[in-house]
Amino acid sequence: MLGSGILGRTSLWLYCLLVFAFLVLPIFVIVPLSFSAGAFLHFPLPGLSLRWYERLVEHEIWRVTLKNSLIVGAIATVLATGLGTLAAMGLARARFPGKGLLMALMLAPMIVPVIIVAIGAYFFYRPLGLTGSLWGLAIAHAVLGAPFVLVTVSATLGALDPSLVRAAQGLGASPWVAFRKVTLPIIAPGVVSGALFAFVASFDEVVVALFLTGPAQRTLPRQMFDGIREEISPEILAAATVLVALAVALLVVAELLRRRSARLRGLAP
Amino acid sequence: MATTAVAELRRALRRAERRKNLGGLVLALPLTAFLVVFFLLPILGMLAKAVDNHELATAMPRSAEVLRSWRGLGPPPEPVVAIVASELREAHVRRQSALVAQRLNREQAGWRNLILSTARRLPESPQGSWLETLVALDPQWGEPAIWAGLRRAAQPWTDIFLLAAVDLQRDDHDAIVRVPPDQAIYLDILVRTFWISGLVTLFCLILGYPLAYLLASLPERWANPLLILVLLPFWTSLLVRTAAWIVLLQREGVVNDFLLRAGLLAEPVALVFNRTGVLVAMTHVLLPFMVLPLYSVMRGIPLSLTRAALSLGATPFSAFRKVYLPLSMPGVAAGCLLVFILALGYYITPALVGGAADQMISYFVAFFTLQTANWGMAAALATLLLLATLLLYWLYARLVGIERLRLG
Amino acid sequence: MTSTRTLAAAAVALVLAAGTAAARDLTITSWGGAYQAAQRQLYFEPFQKETGIKLVEDTWDGGIGVLRTKAQGTPVWDLVQVETDELEMGCEEGILEPLDWAALGGKDKFLPAAVHECGVGAIVWATILAYDGGKFPTGGPRSWADFFDTQKFPGKRGLRKGPRQALEFATMAQGVPPAKVYEALRAPGGVDKAFAKLDSIKKDLIFWEAGAQPPQLLASGEVVMTSAYNGRITAANRQDKRNFKIAWDAGFVYQIDSWVILKNSPKKAEAFKFVQYVTRPENQAKLPALIPYGPTHVDGGKLVPAEFAVEIPSSPQNLPHGLFFDASFWVENLEKLNERFNAWAAQR
Repeated sequence: MLGSGILGRTSLWLYCLLVFAFLVLPIFVIVPLSFSAGAFLHFPLPGLSLRWYERLVEHEIWRVTLKNSLIVGAIATVLATGLGTLAAMGLARARFPGKGLLMALMLAPMIVPVIIVAIGAYFFYRPLGLTGSLWGLAIAHAVLGAPFVLVTVSATLGALDPSLVRAAQGLGASPWVAFRKVTLPIIAPGVVSGALFAFVASFDEVVVALFLTGPAQRTLPRQMFDGIREEISPEILAAATVLVALAVALLVVAELLRRRSARLRGLAP
Repeated sequence: MATTAVAELRRALRRAERRKNLGGLVLALPLTAFLVVFFLLPILGMLAKAVDNHELATAMPRSAEVLRSWRGLGPPPEPVVAIVASELREAHVRRQSALVAQRLNREQAGWRNLILSTARRLPESPQGSWLETLVALDPQWGEPAIWAGLRRAAQPWTDIFLLAAVDLQRDDHDAIVRVPPDQAIYLDILVRTFWISGLVTLFCLILGYPLAYLLASLPERWANPLLILVLLPFWTSLLVRTAAWIVLLQREGVVNDFLLRAGLLAEPVALVFNRTGVLVAMTHVLLPFMVLPLYSVMRGIPLSLTRAALSLGATPFSAFRKVYLPLSMPGVAAGCLLVFILALGYYITPALVGGAADQMISYFVAFFTLQTANWGMAAALATLLLLATLLLYWLYARLVGIERLRLG
Repeated sequence: MTSTRTLAAAAVALVLAAGTAAARDLTITSWGGAYQAAQRQLYFEPFQKETGIKLVEDTWDGGIGVLRTKAQGTPVWDLVQVETDELEMGCEEGILEPLDWAALGGKDKFLPAAVHECGVGAIVWATILAYDGGKFPTGGPRSWADFFDTQKFPGKRGLRKGPRQALEFATMAQGVPPAKVYEALRAPGGVDKAFAKLDSIKKDLIFWEAGAQPPQLLASGEVVMTSAYNGRITAANRQDKRNFKIAWDAGFVYQIDSWVILKNSPKKAEAFKFVQYVTRPENQAKLPALIPYGPTHVDGGKLVPAEFAVEIPSSPQNLPHGLFFDASFWVENLEKLNERFNAWAAQR
């Protein structure tokens, strides 16, 4: 077996360490640069300061775009989570011809290039009055986010023992009570991590935003995009660092949820 | 007695089954309806834009009608010319000639000026015949090309955009021919899109396979924290990662700085705003999508199998090649297809770290939509991209199974 | 119960927050970066204070196609600063509002080239050859021929994406004096020669689109020289203490940008008020102190302090090297040349 000898094992580890470095280091290189006292993106740093973070707070544009992104993210998450969870429960219990096709449709937004979603929305949200408002963007983001919810909730539902629900109903619980007391607590981690996915998908999305938003609906990624294109200043890197911190936090939450869900399903200690 | 009871029971079971299925369908309905309205219909509408040809019929309806029934080469008979000329003048007064001009400009760049300058200067009644009047304003009206163009613009729908998307056009006889080589760029771009996606997939596999293998061979309490490192880039904003690569790869960026100081380079090399930058950044962005499916398949490969092969005298390499590699192929297929499909549609990363000759098809879809308002061309290129994606999606569903599609 | 009510309240708040964006404010679109920052300080903010009209900013990098998409139906922009060819084409296509010249003080108060049915001149600006003085201790490029000479000056060059100005520079690089450039481009084969010249350094070209990019490309060392909007280079020197040089005597293309109002703008009256405000001579004269673009109002030119006047394109020492952008050439040929340029740029 490859990597079975000491030599093989060591070289495998070395190779993988390099790959890990490739994956992770670029993200963390920008963190020290954002604390630079100078305006240039070089090491060694001329000194440490928080001046670029002060700029983030001072410049109104960051506040406005962050607010827009949060509003869009919240609406998109609520829509995607609600619709996605219902559909996952429906698909888990129903068997009908064309189910595969329906699944393919529901998962398609993950696969279809986002530029196609964007251009479709660009042409056809206008007659619905959905351009130039945060709603249009939120709806498009819900389209992109729903499959994530569907997938994560389906995974937890797949592990749900149907006899538990039948037992609850046999003991006299109404379907609603059985859902609330049995199904929901078990699938909750799936729902929440699906919601996290949907939120991140929206919060990070820039292509549809480029097509659908006017200056008043500018989102954080849109602002980042223009900043990166025109001038990568330490201010942009400061914003990026904040986003990295957010990513780490969300990742930790998602991981905790995954563990909790595994424990509830009795898969792990 | 017993048989009727059994039949009764069977019916009841079937009823219950039907009710359950119905209930399931009802739950799936909201998302289905939502996706049909906000996802499927917009895409179908986008496809329709690729063949949309309404401009001439809107601005000059009578001309469109007579041009449609006219056959032949060269300037049409005088009655047809008369209708076209007088209606062009009317369209100018109604400020609709720009619509016609833009549509004709899609047939041949430069016809916008021909239409607008003619419309502006057309007299109310002809000097001599209408055709003579037009030719006096611009000799191009005496040539077959513009009339063939007008006839194409008069049809209820058009294929010029779809043809142009594969470097084809129609000549004055409406026969399909290749476009001149200096305008033939879209096949190149299509090939480039596939080539870049293929290379990125290959790089992801080369980097991802050993990594997934290592993770799968570790006990889970070690593998899980390391898996988080794989997932971290995945949760980090795409724009942050792209910005990071520009900072790293710039001429006076971190990588060049390091290599110069280490004495490995005499002069900084261009690593960004070119193909290298695109490949590096895209590989970084897509690597997690390769590692995750590989890992989940490799986790399921029992170690005892390779151990058995080894104990039967196979060399480590042949044990890997004959036993492990075939067993890990489903993961390779899933990871490669997924990365390839996702790479095909990439826009933001190449747009920010690539040069003009490194842009992929999505860039041109955005360019034609947002920069030049050439929606027919944007929709035609998007149609090509969609077809390629759906084909690969179908392949994925066949080979890997749609229920295994996960991006996280 | 309370949690349900909190949720409902949050939902209502969310709906309101997302919905209120629909009724929009006066939207002004300009060219971003240091230029728009100067406009913000000198015009946008004082105008809002003086009139109480709230305005929103957007940025763009030009292009008649962009103008067409933005003018669809009820436009999303009201007021845009455009280049001359965009002004001519947009006006002809009926996507721009005609201006009330009497309310602007009369056409004779402005430079003749700043007067148009649909637009009034905002600034006189130039596309110039710029380089980092620190990178050329023994002297930098002195002509466009040097720009195309990668033997004498190795390294990448920045160039605005698109045929405008690029073809003029490629023609100058063949030794054609500025005054004869459009004659050469109109002559048979003139455009082909210009494209051949561009093609000769294609692998060393980095294309930029936004005016803020060239100073950044110079600062990061990504290019050794670049075409650039003159004001951005001076602004980078003044604000970021750069040592960028402008090779005025290499020849440059200067032109007038205009303020236009998009057809069917819901904020037409407010937009016109801004046009009146921004074209006042005393307001125009403030700009060169921040970024050296020249006024279009006849009286504005007289009010610019002498120390800043030398840096604008139309100053007596710069003007002899300048080529005035020929809008008629570009209106006639833009679509064809755009297509050709884009195809050329997209090929390896």
